[in-house]
Amino acid sequence: MPTSLVQNESILAIEVGTAVTRAVLFDVVEGQYRFVASGQAPSTAEAPFGDIGIGVREAITSLQSITGSSLLGQDNSLIAPSQSDGTGVDAVVAVVSAGPIVRTVVVGLLQDVSMQSARRLAESTYARVVDSLDLSDQRKPDEQLDAIVRSRPDLVILTGGTDGGASRSMLKVIEAVGLACYLMPEEKRPMVLYAGNEKLADDVKELLGAHAGKLVVGHNVRPSLEVEALGPAGSELASLVMDLRQRQLKGVDELQMWAGGNILPTAFAQGRMIRFLSQLYGSTRGLLSVNIGASSTSIAAGFGEELVLKTYPQFGLGENLAGLLQHTTIEDIMRWLPLDLPPNSLHEYLFQKSLYPGTIPGTSDEQAIAQAISRQVMYLAMRSARKEFPGSKHASKEVMRPLDLIVAGGGVISDGISLGQSLLMLLDAIQPVGILPILVDQNNLLPLLGVAAARNHHLPGQVIDSGAFTGLGTIISVVASANYGQQVLRAKLTYSDGTDARADVKFGGLEILPLPSGQSARLGLQPLNRADAGFGPGRSGSITVTGGAMGVVIDARGRPLQFPSDPVRRRELIKKWYYTVGG
Amino acid sequence: MLAPVLHILPLTTIVRERTLPVAGTVNFTVNQKVNPTDVIAEARFAREHVLLDVARTFEISPRNADKLIKVSEGDRLPEDALVAESTGMFKRTIRTPRAGRVMVVGGGQVLMEVGNARIELRAGMPGIVTQVIPEKGVVIRMAGALIQGTWGNGRIDSGLMVKKIEKPDDVLTSDLLDVSLRGSVILGGHIRDLETLKIAAEMPVRGLIVSSINPALLLNAAQMRYPILVLDGFGTMPMNSAAYKLLTTNDKREVTVNAEHFDRYSNNRPEVIIPLPVHDEPEEPSDYVMFAVGQQVRMRRSPHVGMIGSITNLPDGLSKLSNGLRAPAAEVKLGDDASVLVPLVNLEVVG
Repeated sequence: MPTSLVQNESILAIEVGTAVTRAVLFDVVEGQYRFVASGQAPSTAEAPFGDIGIGVREAITSLQSITGSSLLGQDNSLIAPSQSDGTGVDAVVAVVSAGPIVRTVVVGLLQDVSMQSARRLAESTYARVVDSLDLSDQRKPDEQLDAIVRSRPDLVILTGGTDGGASRSMLKVIEAVGLACYLMPEEKRPMVLYAGNEKLADDVKELLGAHAGKLVVGHNVRPSLEVEALGPAGSELASLVMDLRQRQLKGVDELQMWAGGNILPTAFAQGRMIRFLSQLYGSTRGLLSVNIGASSTSIAAGFGEELVLKTYPQFGLGENLAGLLQHTTIEDIMRWLPLDLPPNSLHEYLFQKSLYPGTIPGTSDEQAIAQAISRQVMYLAMRSARKEFPGSKHASKEVMRPLDLIVAGGGVISDGISLGQSLLMLLDAIQPVGILPILVDQNNLLPLLGVAAARNHHLPGQVIDSGAFTGLGTIISVVASANYGQQVLRAKLTYSDGTDARADVKFGGLEILPLPSGQSARLGLQPLNRADAGFGPGRSGSITVTGGAMGVVIDARGRPLQFPSDPVRRRELIKKWYYTVGG
Repeated sequence: MLAPVLHILPLTTIVRERTLPVAGTVNFTVNQKVNPTDVIAEARFAREHVLLDVARTFEISPRNADKLIKVSEGDRLPEDALVAESTGMFKRTIRTPRAGRVMVVGGGQVLMEVGNARIELRAGMPGIVTQVIPEKGVVIRMAGALIQGTWGNGRIDSGLMVKKIEKPDDVLTSDLLDVSLRGSVILGGHIRDLETLKIAAEMPVRGLIVSSINPALLLNAAQMRYPILVLDGFGTMPMNSAAYKLLTTNDKREVTVNAEHFDRYSNNRPEVIIPLPVHDEPEEPSDYVMFAVGQQVRMRRSPHVGMIGSITNLPDGLSKLSNGLRAPAAEVKLGDDASVLVPLVNLEVVG
């Protein structure tokens, strides 16, 4: 297609989540791509609908009612390309996070080498590792076979051997996987991604080709012992997961056709976009994206060329909530609650919500519980993900490394609650340090921009520059060893008109200096008692900061966040924090 | 907006596909009558496999080992049967450790399946077989009352239903269960303790249909050998008025409790079926409809979780809820004439 046409095309981006399906329109306005509007409808992947296409059409219908232009024809088929009367769209892209958890067996040679990479690869998608197999496995070969068959995998990730390295042991492992696939009913055979020694590609095709649900011979995740290369295999895995979804969910094939192949797992598209932004803006300390949804909580962090992508289905806010207490405790969730509720109510909430993932809180108490659970799952996901951040081996386990930017999305963060509450939830769960802006992706555009980038590489940057994300403000997190109430920082914000706002910040406090969106001001920080406000322990400095819905927020509540042990005092403190951010 | 439908129907046509997870034998033919506990299809499958590594045992190449293997794919072998024999003066042998069937021979190895297990697929409802799905199962059709639930422990049985609930918010306690209920299906309220589940198991009962259950009991409930079907959910919840009315008026009737697990992707869900004689078969119910004024709806979340009401108004656009959230919503009139605003995603149509 000629470049000029590609550059000016309207793009319909579809996001199929477990609970909600969104239809988003991007179009060229005054020579630049803009986010035009978003329509949404409940997702229909699950019973009783059992066809994602129903929800997709409902979401498009909702979008049509907002834009006033028709995208669906009278027979409910998509009008593409756009017509001279203004109906239709030129292109479609899509992301999908709906679908059952991907039961995955990881196979490799060495625990500390290929198996580690295989697990990391599995964690980049909606997978749960149900069994693993490597050279140190003490089970007999037939026990291994039976274990794989019994685990009913949807996916096998097969790694091992550096390029041109070990082949004999690798062939034995491949043979075991082939036999296990052969023993499963044909319609239930798993998809297999081979991401090991490239020299064995032909052997893999011969041993597995006829027995796997689908075999993809991909790039080695460990081309050498010292090098881990998850990127190419990650793309291959994303494509294989979409093939799996096509097998599992009615309607994915039609969406594939509409999108001409531009369809990706949501988390993968989120990661792609964060890597793109990290490169585009030359981030040195890292960009972080958090997305919390019914199917999973996903974390993508870009450090220049390097991407850490983690998807945690066990921390989804839908069906998997019933199993959340396998990963945390009722007490750890309740510590975030400003209300005095019996533990039973939380327990019952987890199970009842798992029955109906698409439902929303019906009362203020439920809303508080939903926010407490969201904080805890984000907190757990962040603790796990940041272990993989560059330099994490030598970093503090309790305190997050400084970052350049955080962008957060997901219904619980962006739908219906105040921006102050969104901000507090993110500060509590992520506990960032240093000086950085926080944005909220209220229309969940980030993954859609990630998949649209493959169709039109101008679109993501132009849409982001047009202010598609909501800036909450600039955060200054103070790290200090001080007693509660002891002064740790003097801050002075000088506005462009010469006036200023000042704050004497005490340890344990949360302070806000007003600075509207679109404005910038000079912020001077003078830490006391060797506190670190972003310039190093005890070091003063000044910096130009940008405003946002909440202005400049100074968080001196401690890292990690400390709570009073007395529940009454704890709840009072949380209420005070809520009050500070506007309730 | 589209609405999921929860079926609580006094008389409807029920059509269910019942299939095995693996290929097997179907025991019924089209137009045959089935009872809930009839085994409509069965399959045998190997519980385990045995891999005999001839090449490694004889310390020879796989190609040479293949020449010494005496069995072929598909052979059924008894225990201690000869699988391979080495050549030379001191011959060594490899024999089957257990009876089984040879699955694969090659690469100097023999793979056998051993330890046959049997899967029996029960009808789960009475009715007429209208279609046979070769090697998999059947489609069964019947008329009767249908009451769907939210959780089941995976078991199926049928029996005479005995009411042990006087009002929707009753609790089913162990002292309500006596020996006269042996072999019955008990209709009860909320279950709050393990003792009740244990006493029901000791009797034994043929099933429990309850309004709600303490979530701490779910692991125990899953292990009970009789079906447990939860109608409304987890926590202390009264039985929804539609199910309560329909079930209590069918006291002492033969019912089938199909407490299968709720599977979001196959639409299998726990349900109570009460067969009824009909002259003209009623229509099959729809699984989803569009929300409309006048519909009877059940609330899925607090503050009125489990309650049934009727939609009186569907405001356009988004409505502001009492907790500050904004969502498409419906005005719903409850039994006491109170009207509440409920987000549509928290509703399901009853019908």
